[in-house]
Amino acid sequence: MKTAAICEVLSQKELIPGIFDLHLKAHEITAAAVPGQFVNVYTKDASRLLPRPVSICGIDRKHGILRLVYRVSGEKTGTRQFASLRKGDEIRLLGPLGNGFPFEEAAGKHIFLIGGGIGIPPMLETAKAAKAEGAEIDVILGYRDLCFLDDEFTAYGNVYIATEDGSIGIKGTVLNVILQEQLRADIIFACGPKPMLRALKAYAEAKNIPCWISMEERMACGIGACLACVCETKEKDAHSHVRNARVCKDGPVFRTTEVVL
Amino acid sequence: MNLKVDLAGVSLKNPVMTASGTFGSGEEYSEFVDLSKLGAVVTKGVAPTPWEGNPTPRIAEVYGGMLNAIGLQNPGIEVFCRRDIPFLKQFDTRIVVNVCGHTTEEYCAVVERLADEPVDLLEINISCPNVKEGGIAFGQDPKGIEAITRELKSRAKQPVIMKLSPNVTSIRDCARAAEAGGADGISLINTLTGMKIDVRRRSFVLANKTGGMSGPAIHPIAVRMVYEAAHAVKIPVVGMGGITCAEDALEFILAGATAVSVGTANFINPYVTQEIVEGIETYLREEKIDDIRSLIGAVK
Repeated sequence: MKTAAICEVLSQKELIPGIFDLHLKAHEITAAAVPGQFVNVYTKDASRLLPRPVSICGIDRKHGILRLVYRVSGEKTGTRQFASLRKGDEIRLLGPLGNGFPFEEAAGKHIFLIGGGIGIPPMLETAKAAKAEGAEIDVILGYRDLCFLDDEFTAYGNVYIATEDGSIGIKGTVLNVILQEQLRADIIFACGPKPMLRALKAYAEAKNIPCWISMEERMACGIGACLACVCETKEKDAHSHVRNARVCKDGPVFRTTEVVL
Repeated sequence: MNLKVDLAGVSLKNPVMTASGTFGSGEEYSEFVDLSKLGAVVTKGVAPTPWEGNPTPRIAEVYGGMLNAIGLQNPGIEVFCRRDIPFLKQFDTRIVVNVCGHTTEEYCAVVERLADEPVDLLEINISCPNVKEGGIAFGQDPKGIEAITRELKSRAKQPVIMKLSPNVTSIRDCARAAEAGGADGISLINTLTGMKIDVRRRSFVLANKTGGMSGPAIHPIAVRMVYEAAHAVKIPVVGMGGITCAEDALEFILAGATAVSVGTANFINPYVTQEIVEGIETYLREEKIDDIRSLIGAVK
């Protein structure tokens, strides 16, 4: 059930420059949310009118706390507005939206959880859920240079890091990590930039590993009505009967074999 | 207190409709809004066959508005009739089908296919700025508007509303052309053609380069054009463009619109259409106005 709610800010801090960690009181949303889903976060006024789709980083159902880790995309942006939120402030949310990762598929399996950049936050709650299913987890995180959230993943599995400049972990991409460390998995869940997803799709399909990826696209409504955020699919999509599925409603998580990247 | 209006012979329980393309066929928004509370649902444009639409990115935010270049992705009239009309029939609201095509023949095919379907009105999209053929190509020249209107009127069983583009020299001439062609009503404005450039990437933000601008920033332009159009013709006018609240909607009605369509605001607040209906009721009560119809064109 999607709920529109005005949520109270419990805390916010900056993890590394430009990446913010926001904790909100959102009982109805956390009650319904699963890992890999997202919420629409609304700006203060209509000068920046579109909701910002933000992936869910943490779901604390017991306390009704929703955790969002997001990147400020620039000055005079909606996310810059969000970054100024302090404890006690309120913000309007709609969610949970979209389909999450099928973490039950991970039950008893060896899995890769792969995140790149601002695609890392949704993998944290996914790691928690997969661990609860009894999965054995290798977490592979790709950063440009500075790391965030990496220490929190150690509770759920082995953590490997790749950085573009090699300052931490392996120099290169998440795929370099898999190859260099000779890692193996039964299934893969991933979220990150398109080049990363493209490389993982090729890797997974060559090795016949079931792989689910969370896609990103510019969105307007976030609920499947406006058809702004489509991605190309192999087969005709259920809504428009072309080959353009809605990332917000049919995704954001897709099996790699469903989509064309 | 009366909220009912008559739009081209069709009675609407209130003047609030949805703007085509922002509300799908109502299904997604029915989780938030009781569609039976709306005057009408205007569907996303539907063509004879499925259309893929444009490449992404299809939207960009701009100050006080947005640009879109969706390119009329739609499932085609057969799926629409099988799936979307029965869905909408569950609700006590009027169904307005927005019709698009690349050629006159394609518009005609959709209009003829809908002849025996339980839809109340047809809105003809001759003003989409985002498709190469059809769309706005029909809607920028008064002679072309009159010709396609006449052609569709000769085939349509339901009343025909021509949706006009603001990207023209004279909206009065376009409105008169639709009326001369036999239109039962006109609706305006469609989006204003715009462009946004990403200075860091030094490229266009939209894959389509240009897109249609909508949102609160265009509201005063739309009100002016609705006023001009309403004074140029005798047929009813549907006003739209940047409505985010009841007051915005009432401006159109005072300028001469019989009904209004709410579009981009649905993205800001999925409940907005119903809130605008309630806001208009509140306004009438506060202002001690018995009949909304007394407001239509009241500001001369």
